[in-house]
Amino acid sequence: MNPHPTEEQLVLYYYGDIQEAPAMAAHLEDCAACRDGYHALQRVLNSVDSLSVPERAPDYESHVWRRLVPLLKPSKPWYRPWSGWKPLMIAVSLAVLLVAAFLAGRTLKPPVKETIADAAQLRERVLLVALGAHLERTKMMLVELANAQPVGGQVDISFEQESAAKLLEANRLYRQTALNAGNYQVTALLEELERVMLELAHSPASVPERQLEDLCSRMEERSLLFKVKVFSSQFENRAAALSSTRL
Amino acid sequence: MEDSLAVALAKSGDGDAYRTLVERYSRSVFRLAYRMTGNEQDAEDVVQETFLRAFRHLHRWDARSSFGTWIYRIAANGSLDLLRSRKRRSAVAPSTSDTDLRDPLLLIPSDDPGPHRLLYSSEVQRQVAATLDTCSEMERTAFVLRHFEGQSIQEIGASLGVSANSTKQSIFRAVHKLRRALEPLVNQA
Repeated sequence: MNPHPTEEQLVLYYYGDIQEAPAMAAHLEDCAACRDGYHALQRVLNSVDSLSVPERAPDYESHVWRRLVPLLKPSKPWYRPWSGWKPLMIAVSLAVLLVAAFLAGRTLKPPVKETIADAAQLRERVLLVALGAHLERTKMMLVELANAQPVGGQVDISFEQESAAKLLEANRLYRQTALNAGNYQVTALLEELERVMLELAHSPASVPERQLEDLCSRMEERSLLFKVKVFSSQFENRAAALSSTRL
Repeated sequence: MEDSLAVALAKSGDGDAYRTLVERYSRSVFRLAYRMTGNEQDAEDVVQETFLRAFRHLHRWDARSSFGTWIYRIAANGSLDLLRSRKRRSAVAPSTSDTDLRDPLLLIPSDDPGPHRLLYSSEVQRQVAATLDTCSEMERTAFVLRHFEGQSIQEIGASLGVSANSTKQSIFRAVHKLRRALEPLVNQA
């Protein structure tokens, strides 16, 4: 060790990350200037411990679990006896049929205004809930993708790839529905998502870290995750508003 | 129930076993996420995404390592991802607002050391939070994991996918910023 330790060496010493700890201790014992410097560092780092964390409620753990359970349901057989894409497709098909029925009803049914308005609200709510759930699943897939861990420069994305493949068909149906309904903002978002899902679905199960970083940075540039969150939240609020209107 | 047993049961379809793990770690995951993001709502999002992601990747957990370390790693990466993808919001002043700090009534000397000490402590907390907000995502993450979570340089480097040397440099830069911001305050006390 040099006669006088650097700030970096003092930091390492503070955290017990230095091999020459006894030599450092001996030096600090002998050298008043270094000892003062180390004590100043100690005071600063000790004061960092004062950073408080907001208290959670006593039943916080149960609260976390309650919020988590609905999100765990769609993907695990122990919460749902039937697997993967089937219920999703049924939900999507129902939503599409409802919208189609709504559109058809507008032209074929006699003009009983209140009944049509109620039915339209109900159908819109069903679609919003279904689309919101789709975006929530998509959001989780994107988050998992962004957090995938590289091993030896390669990233195993098989799980995310499987999710993307499952979401892809549903996404196409929703995009078509949104387009038919004239909602171009949602259509544009679903188009962007579809491109990502396609790219993932057609990638190998293990990709170079660099390739994944490239995909993630492209998603980030387009604020894709943020848009998904915003739309998902909007759909949820709109569905809740429609629900309360009906009540 | 031990973590390894709970994970094994959860993998085989026991929902209560996973609930045990969630309830065991949710509070500490929140603490880590809060220190990394500096924002309560962001930290809540990280908690939820951490346990969701862990659940979906239980098969990837290596039983030789601690479940706690694994879950904190997921939480740290989730926080880092959040920091990267969102503009960080303003620093949190845990108990005293800027307005309170400027309130002249609070600055009047008092025989009672309590309020003065409280004010000082609040100011230190505010400075720590504000300084951590000026750190880069990597600096903040490396520092929080080393200082608050006690993870080794190697563990942090492995979590963040960077070398031990890069990890050290990130910690040094964070400490340097904290020293610059806090030294006048703590030395004056």
